[in-house]
Amino acid sequence: MTNSHLAGSSALTKPLTHLVNLEQPLNFSQYQAQGGYVGATKALHEYSPKQVLDLVSDSGLQGRGGAGFPTGMKWSCVPMFADDDTNAPEFKYLVCNADEMEPGTFKDRMLLEGVPHQLIEAMIIAAYTIGANRAYIFIRGEYHLAAERLTAAIAEAYQAKWLGENIQGTSFQLDLYVHSSAGRYICGEETALINALEGKRANPRAKPPFPQVSGLFGKPTIVNNVETLSNIPHIVKNGVEWFKNLSPNSDAGTKIYGASGRVKTPGLWELPMGTTIREVLYHHGGGLLDGLNLKGFLPGGASTDFLLPEHLDTPMDYDSIGKAGSRLGTGGLIILDDQNCPVAMVLNLLKFFAQESCGWCTPCRDGTPWVVEVLTRIENGQGKLADLDTLDELCDFMWLGKTHCALAPGAVEPLKSALRYFHDDFEQHISKGCCPYHGGQS
Amino acid sequence: MDIIKTTTLDFSHYLTEQEIADIEHEASIMEYREAAGIEALKIVQAHRGWVSDDSLYAIADLLNMPSAQLEEVATFYNLIYRQKVGRYVIHLCDSISCHLTGYEEVLAAIKQHLGIEYGQTTSDGLFTLLSNVCLGGCDKAPTMMIAKQHYQQLTPARVVDILSSLQFQAKQEDKADD
Repeated sequence: MTNSHLAGSSALTKPLTHLVNLEQPLNFSQYQAQGGYVGATKALHEYSPKQVLDLVSDSGLQGRGGAGFPTGMKWSCVPMFADDDTNAPEFKYLVCNADEMEPGTFKDRMLLEGVPHQLIEAMIIAAYTIGANRAYIFIRGEYHLAAERLTAAIAEAYQAKWLGENIQGTSFQLDLYVHSSAGRYICGEETALINALEGKRANPRAKPPFPQVSGLFGKPTIVNNVETLSNIPHIVKNGVEWFKNLSPNSDAGTKIYGASGRVKTPGLWELPMGTTIREVLYHHGGGLLDGLNLKGFLPGGASTDFLLPEHLDTPMDYDSIGKAGSRLGTGGLIILDDQNCPVAMVLNLLKFFAQESCGWCTPCRDGTPWVVEVLTRIENGQGKLADLDTLDELCDFMWLGKTHCALAPGAVEPLKSALRYFHDDFEQHISKGCCPYHGGQS
Repeated sequence: MDIIKTTTLDFSHYLTEQEIADIEHEASIMEYREAAGIEALKIVQAHRGWVSDDSLYAIADLLNMPSAQLEEVATFYNLIYRQKVGRYVIHLCDSISCHLTGYEEVLAAIKQHLGIEYGQTTSDGLFTLLSNVCLGGCDKAPTMMIAKQHYQQLTPARVVDILSSLQFQAKQEDKADD
């Protein structure tokens, strides 16, 4: 995540990161001098909200927070574009989800710390499009530096009349606030985030109603991820065709990929959507540390299914990774080498989910600690073969459709795929009565 | 039959002017006052190190909300301390990228250097050790956070150096106060 990774990048091929400076982000006038706020100027002065919405829809931009939901479609659900515009609700909210807490994911932090004005510009355009006059950046409590830099940049934007009343001489008004969270993974779930923003426990809400209709304080609300929003100024500025052509595949744009684990040069790289896993891991990440071999990996954060070395040539886009049996998620590769125990890795992941479960619904509240108990037993060499059946059953009990939100199904993804791909490792723990990797360390 | 005597406590003077001003600002950007509860807890914690029962009642009074409702929020979030903590709270990341790159060794070094387990505070009141979910520094794992500072690429030797320099710094600060 150093600037050297970004050397030689250009505004047209690495739109999201070409202005990133982690030491000292560009201030307002520097950002503007580099082509900043051109997209927002164009949106406010040349386009109607409906035209901006059409641009975003046509661009094919999909949510970069993990689910990959089409952004234009999400925005279009906000009630406002009826033939008679007076039907539009008076209050609407835009919320940026900067609660980056998916283990193995650190891309949004780079955008928040490295180019805060890009996000502010994006939120101005997004708020204009959906007709929101108040917006919040919901940032995780641990990102102190990012919150400080955003707060300073927001003050500059007010000064430059890009926030507040009559923005740039138009009738559009927007107030933007930073809300620093107090730390819970579940806050990244959009309805839980809305509860947290309302000062409540971050339990997810039942859907419908969807936040686009009834969200923050009961008003229509759009919640978008940092990386998703950061694309908006560039789509408005450079057009739909440019955005689509950034990627050789059907999924448009660039993606900030990451790699962590025992890798030679772990980091973040903005690359065309659909770059292969092999290129990300070996060309950019430098491959594994000497003496280690690749055993498997999670393609996009803790809540994605394991994939194997045989999947290395899969393009990292929503469709291809989906067909390979996992999810693109956040695009942050987590690498499992052949000297780290897969059972211990899954145990670590499940401990995370058990701790971060909000406790609202039974499959998650009781299921995740149960899995941890069974996995701990296996990792410590006290497991029985019947435990593997128990894990299979728990995967079913915690799967989609049985829970209130996606946390428990997200926990099932690495577990179920590990049981399938690393079955021999689980069995060896049981038959040998110890961890073959650590000799019983948990 | 025993008679239960009740007393009405007034917590309104418990908070400082600065705390009240900061909390009022947060309340002003929300649709209703209790929505500022989490921010209010963080504001008071920033001044006092943790959230005592008295602080909690005072915030609830100020925001016109039941204290039980504020308590359920305070106990839900990881970064609100409802017990007294040390001057430096160590938030050691225990998530997957750190687990894969040497978290166990770093944890062992901290425990040995300070003589405490997770959830404990050193007898001199300097350090509290807590785990933290992924700190977003996965490319520079293992990581930890103390106060607002993130420390990355930790090794057992480096983490002991960091703790030692904080111990030294605390001594200097205490000397300056004398």
